[in-house]
Amino acid sequence: MGRAGSREPILIIEMPVPLVAVTKDPLSLDALSAVVADGAGADGAVTSFVGLVRQNNLGRAVAFLEYEAYEPLAVRGLQRIVDEVKTSWPNAKLAVHHRIGRLALGEASIVIVAASPHRGDAFSACRYTIERVKQIVPIWKHEHFDGGDVWLEGATADPDDETARQTAYRIACA
Amino acid sequence: MRVTVRLFARLRDLAGSGELVRDVPGPATIEQVWRSLVKDMPALGDYERTMSVALNADYSRMSAAVKEGDEVAFLPPVSGG
Repeated sequence: MGRAGSREPILIIEMPVPLVAVTKDPLSLDALSAVVADGAGADGAVTSFVGLVRQNNLGRAVAFLEYEAYEPLAVRGLQRIVDEVKTSWPNAKLAVHHRIGRLALGEASIVIVAASPHRGDAFSACRYTIERVKQIVPIWKHEHFDGGDVWLEGATADPDDETARQTAYRIACA
Repeated sequence: MRVTVRLFARLRDLAGSGELVRDVPGPATIEQVWRSLVKDMPALGDYERTMSVALNADYSRMSAAVKEGDEVAFLPPVSGG
């Protein structure tokens, strides 16, 4: 024995923050901003969008939300959006994390960060991303409210639907 | 031929399970997998007009061919964000 008083060495492993993620863990705007923005001065703008669980939805008193994902395809969907952003705004860099599982009121369900040399591209990339997430990423909200629960259903996901993509682009550049 | 069927959100609730192993006569398409599923669980049928389909975790079409061991997913309209 003789281990009393001995200490295990502490090994801290810093995991790199991925640009896209679907995770059960709480989201961090700071962590995402740090991986996207160029600290050496190339970027003059960083914009972010944080989606929060809202207490009122269509007149219902929301208690909490449960998010479900088809995880491998959801990650691919987010990666696809990153690639689309790269095509439309070549100077912008993007990171997007979506949370799943049970979320309380006020918690962040999605964090998007975009950085670019000038503000226009960063704003557009951020707005485009949230519109595309709602169109093509296989994630679902299960709303639990005062008196019941309901699965929310938005868009029929079709990444090859060019009309939907154009709509997201128009909104992003409005 | 044996395939794994994945169901999500309300489709999963209606079926009572998110993952089913199904035997279908080969060769088959995703549409034939769906038809055999709806035959056993008619309540799912309403989703045919609005759902998306995926084959081995990639978006696909009802007409796509499936092979032994494939994973076929039926996805209600999405509501992330």
